[in-house]
Amino acid sequence: MAFIIEAKGLTKRFGKTQALDGLDLTAESGQVVAVLGPNGAGKTTFIRMVATLLRPDSGQLRVGGHDVRREAPAVRRSIGLAGQFAAIEPAMTGRENLELVARLFGRKRKDAKANASSVLDSLGLTGAGDRLVRTYSGGMRRRLDLGASLVGAPKLLLLDEPTTGLDPRSRIELWDAIRMLVKQGTDVLLTTQYLDEADNLASHVVIIDHGRVVAAGTPGELKRRIGGKVIEVHVRHEDDVARVAGVLRDFNHGDIRIDDATRRVSVSVDSGGPVLTNALRAVEDAGVDVEDVALRQPKLEEVFLTLTGRPEADAALEAAAS
Amino acid sequence: MAVVTAPITRTTSIGTSTLQIARRAILRYMRTPQMIVLGTIQGAMFLLIFRYVFGGAIQIQGGISYVDFLVPGFITTGVLFSGMGAATVVAEDLEQGFVDRLRSLPVPRASFLTGRALADTAWNTWGLIVTAAIGFAVGFRIHGSVAEAFAALGLCVVFGFAFEWLFIMLGLIAGTPQAAQGMALLVFPFTFISSAYVPVSSMPGWLQGFASHQPITYMVNAVRALTQGPAAEALIGHSTGYLVTGSLLWSLGLVVVFAPLAALRYRRS
Repeated sequence: MAFIIEAKGLTKRFGKTQALDGLDLTAESGQVVAVLGPNGAGKTTFIRMVATLLRPDSGQLRVGGHDVRREAPAVRRSIGLAGQFAAIEPAMTGRENLELVARLFGRKRKDAKANASSVLDSLGLTGAGDRLVRTYSGGMRRRLDLGASLVGAPKLLLLDEPTTGLDPRSRIELWDAIRMLVKQGTDVLLTTQYLDEADNLASHVVIIDHGRVVAAGTPGELKRRIGGKVIEVHVRHEDDVARVAGVLRDFNHGDIRIDDATRRVSVSVDSGGPVLTNALRAVEDAGVDVEDVALRQPKLEEVFLTLTGRPEADAALEAAAS
Repeated sequence: MAVVTAPITRTTSIGTSTLQIARRAILRYMRTPQMIVLGTIQGAMFLLIFRYVFGGAIQIQGGISYVDFLVPGFITTGVLFSGMGAATVVAEDLEQGFVDRLRSLPVPRASFLTGRALADTAWNTWGLIVTAAIGFAVGFRIHGSVAEAFAALGLCVVFGFAFEWLFIMLGLIAGTPQAAQGMALLVFPFTFISSAYVPVSSMPGWLQGFASHQPITYMVNAVRALTQGPAAEALIGHSTGYLVTGSLLWSLGLVVVFAPLAALRYRRS
């Protein structure tokens, strides 16, 4: 199996901050790899290194079989960038932007034009192709950005937080576009703070924090790692939240997670079956008015919390504020 | 189609990269109304103010009318003001990710700088022509040969190119477009403490030393001598040849100092 990314012991320091602290990662060809982590975890630093925009202080990084330090031009010929880090020119049309990038990839004028047209087409931007990008909506801009990453026919697509700041509908449209690319055989490495994004798109998830890998595996594997299932109780009255938490403490084999805002309490349990019945009975005996009860697979959110010990809500708040 | 999915096999040439990057820069200037206003209308406005409002109060000896004295100053300093825009735009490119995209592409590293320099030189030349046209419209006349006038224009393009590297350097070190604009504005006083708008001899003694030896004075005076002939030479006190040589030396000095600095800084950032 060919490895598209091989990282061993990568470190990088910026002033006083150790952005990467011994990061190891291998990504196989044919995978969509999501690098998940809170702000400051090092995911942007890592993807910039893969894009040859940064050099590691120490460690090894090979992309598509080429060493990023010694064979950077070879790496650049096989990657495409989209997302937070690569710009689109607002004072040019969508088509002009794509043609520009195609020409910079070395395509001849005719090829660049054909390239731009077909990419616009596949992203549903043909109609808007001849308007200035500054007139585009956020979602359209991201799609164009994705298009710019494609004109070089990359083997590896690097997406830095591709849907941050987008409305839900544009997110889904972008996900569809990305899935289509994956189906056509492009490898993808994306960074994200959105757990549902990693869950939805990735075949391989790497969770990083403080510049190193905390966990890696398929979304399913990671969810299984925190073991068993989760019971989640949604109460009708705010005051019952604490009461339910007290009751459920008897059943837990992990943290109790309380969300006052949505009035939900969830707890990891060893197995389903009788546990659910017993928990429900206990909750009802406490006289609590229950809206909703679920016995479910753990969410990636819960995996994250267990593995990094940091409340993901903090990271989400940071993300929402930025 | 096979052609559009063909993989990339080599680094793009410096020629193509430079042209494409320059094209983008120029389109950006042309399609950003603020830049056009800044360049032409503001320049025209100041020219008119100096010519008509101040013109009566400033006396030039030696038979040169103020408009003939003034317009070379405006044309020459005009390329400087365009250059200030370059600092801001370079800082924007750094901040907004255009430089990142270039760095991730198989293009020669220098192409950002060469593309920028080409675009700004072209933009400067356009600005020169517009300012000269306005100058003629308000009464500026050539008192030398036509060849000398074209030489003067060519010199201005060279001056613009020389200062360009200083501004690119500022743009690279500023950190943000606002800071770049601020730093670039520092050039402003220099243009006034020169022979651009008033004869140096009319300044107080303690300023004259600085004003007579700074590069802008040489450049303006060279343009003045070329377009106004012997009358200007007499006023300035130097021959055209001396002034042209001096201004070219200053230009060379600026390029030799700032172009490598800019290249090094670009490499590092």
